Amino acid sequence: MTDLRYTKEHEWIRVDGDTATVGITEYAQSQLGDIVFVEVPDPGKDVTKGGEAAVVESVKAASEVYAPASGTVIEGNAALVDAPDTVNSDPAGDGWFFKMTLKDASELDGLMDQGAYDTYLKDLDA
Amino acid sequence: MPDTAVNDTLLKTPLDALHVRLGAKMVPFAGYSMPVQYPLGVLKEHLHTRVAAGLFDVSHMGQADLVGEGVDAALEELVPGDIQSLKAGRIRYTQLLNADGGIIDDLMAARPVDGAADRLHLVVNAACKDKDYAAIEAHLKDRVRIERKDDRALLALQGPKAAEVLARFDPDSAAMAFMSLRPAAVDGTEVVVSRCGYTGEDGYEISVLADAAEAVAERLLSEPEVEAIGLGARDSLRLESGLCLYGHDIDDTTSPVEADLTWSIGKRRRLEGGFPGDARVLKELNEGPVRKRVGIKPLGRAPAREGVEIETPDGIHVGVVTSGGFGPTADGPVAMGYVETAHAAPGTRLHLIVRGKALEAEVVQLPFVPQRYYRGST
Repeated sequence: MTDLRYTKEHEWIRVDGDTATVGITEYAQSQLGDIVFVEVPDPGKDVTKGGEAAVVESVKAASEVYAPASGTVIEGNAALVDAPDTVNSDPAGDGWFFKMTLKDASELDGLMDQGAYDTYLKDLDA
Repeated sequence: MPDTAVNDTLLKTPLDALHVRLGAKMVPFAGYSMPVQYPLGVLKEHLHTRVAAGLFDVSHMGQADLVGEGVDAALEELVPGDIQSLKAGRIRYTQLLNADGGIIDDLMAARPVDGAADRLHLVVNAACKDKDYAAIEAHLKDRVRIERKDDRALLALQGPKAAEVLARFDPDSAAMAFMSLRPAAVDGTEVVVSRCGYTGEDGYEISVLADAAEAVAERLLSEPEVEAIGLGARDSLRLESGLCLYGHDIDDTTSPVEADLTWSIGKRRRLEGGFPGDARVLKELNEGPVRKRVGIKPLGRAPAREGVEIETPDGIHVGVVTSGGFGPTADGPVAMGYVETAHAAPGTRLHLIVRGKALEAEVVQLPFVPQRYYRGST
């Protein structure tokens, strides 16, 4: 089964069996604006929950993408190197950043589900 | 929205309500609530300004008159520019210097169009207004008076279509020389039009009384070539054009020679001196500065931002990036910074230390995108 969770820093993580895919949310891409550069992690890199895992840069500024959970990177989305604007146009789909194995699936329990994230965004906008 | 909830203590420009109506994202800048971008977004706003025309609210800038007999000679005691030779209605870019030759601020000084010998028009940076006026008063208070024009807004209309657009309201603006100003009218509103700007493109700055500013801005925005442009694109436009941002590329430690602004130091001033820090500035003119502001082109796709350390390929520290980001017209990362003069020649290979990694870069001639100022009809 797949399970989509969100961080307060506006990353999403979609778990599918033993592996997970990570990206940034629609809200995050809209706040960043035009994305002009993305740096994704290499396969084999160990990431720590809440630690820096990737970089996303708009015309204005550079931002970190944090790992929603600890584990090991399987694949970075190489397509983003030449087409970073995919993150703007399809953040939840082709604009994914990296795939990873999870060290401890229970780390996801502290993340928000869709309903909780929607409420979180509403509070941010309030 | 958190990003539009700007602190109440911030000053608002006369165009604040218009920005909000246009859907701008407002951010604090130099004590003002300013539009960083509109719904078009920084990238498209930048590109639009390069192909058509952009309207910028730069009302946060300090507009003031310096008044007093011999005001031009008096101002020269504080700046290295040749102010006395300014002709009526002409504008000069110069810098207020401190006793060490460091830059207190960079500014525009203009002789009134009637040639009045006892008045100069100034435009200074928003964040520097108070210290500039204090520095001028401290040195010149017995001889000149500062008349702040805080009741005026300032609009910038920039881009290759700016002249065509403004000529619909003010036909004589089309033939104005670069770096000149004149009083004019837009839709019956009295304005002062200057042919200058901060994008590298042809264009104008339009000074208008605050309560008439919104109507003038809306009139210009209603022209099909014109889009509202925020501070985000203003920054990427000026960076591609090699123009300095005060507090970043120039500050109270950098001299105008180090900053590669030697062109703005008058010939007579180079011979005579007579401005703060003249010993350092004249020495640097003769012997060359220790460090120099240069263009830096990262050779990969990763932008190098302000503060990035610059090293030789052997790992020797030789400088730091002072402005850097993505250039939408250059279609890649662009930067400028200071390097030791031995490494300042175009073509010199350097390393930029970004997130712990050494990225290849090359010193390049500024600007990244050719400046297209108006140089007269051909």
